[in-house]
Amino acid sequence: MTDNRRAFIKKSVAFSGYSIIATGGLLASPEASAEWLAETTSTDILQQTIKRLFKDQKIIESDKIDIQIPKTAENGTSVPITVTSSLNNVEGISILIEKNPIPLVAKFELSSDLEPFVSTRLKIAESSAVAVIVETNEGFYTASKKVIVTLGGCEL
Amino acid sequence: MSSIKIRTKRMDGNTQIRMLIAHPMEHGRNRDTKTNALIPAHFIQELTIKHNKNVIITGNTGANISKDPYFAFTLKGGNVGDKITISWVDNLGNKDTQEHIVN
Repeated sequence: MTDNRRAFIKKSVAFSGYSIIATGGLLASPEASAEWLAETTSTDILQQTIKRLFKDQKIIESDKIDIQIPKTAENGTSVPITVTSSLNNVEGISILIEKNPIPLVAKFELSSDLEPFVSTRLKIAESSAVAVIVETNEGFYTASKKVIVTLGGCEL
Repeated sequence: MSSIKIRTKRMDGNTQIRMLIAHPMEHGRNRDTKTNALIPAHFIQELTIKHNKNVIITGNTGANISKDPYFAFTLKGGNVGDKITISWVDNLGNKDTQEHIVN
């Protein structure tokens, strides 16, 4: 009986010791965890992706890009999107979703035989902005639209 | 049977090309509902579309495209009898190609 009790006390003391160390370790560096959160915010991932894709090119906001996408999507697994543009000499169209774990959806290089028109279906994890970057021979243009997703498309 | 279904339509002097590809498009973060193991990523990485012998579209796609992806593009001009060739390559190296005659 006493043996049992001693073992129990020993174990419980050891366990609480571990938990103190564990929580102490987490609480010891509030600054570090704050930095980590700042690094993983989605806009940063989007900016990094854009930087990697277009390498410090100047991207100008444009109203000549038309994105047709539902304002609210009930099911994020399949959201139809249609991108059209009245810009001249379009060479490429890229679609990015701000809050998806990997923002880039697709990058299409279109030859001069094609109209600036792309239509597809997207998976969207949570309510987020969908950005489109159009590449012309004169430069890069962008437009974006917000979508509210009621049921996420990434866990399904 | 090929995994690619192609439909073309002549509209106002242009040709609309629509395609439906049978593909799981797994992004690698989903879990199997029975075993709870991660389902490995499996998605189309490259999409190439040819009009007769010219490459008109090259696309790099990711797993953010829905399962069984659908794409539509519009070709300037285009005639009845033109050949459209669509091919894809996925991240596991699988490939498929399908030809279609504009009607």
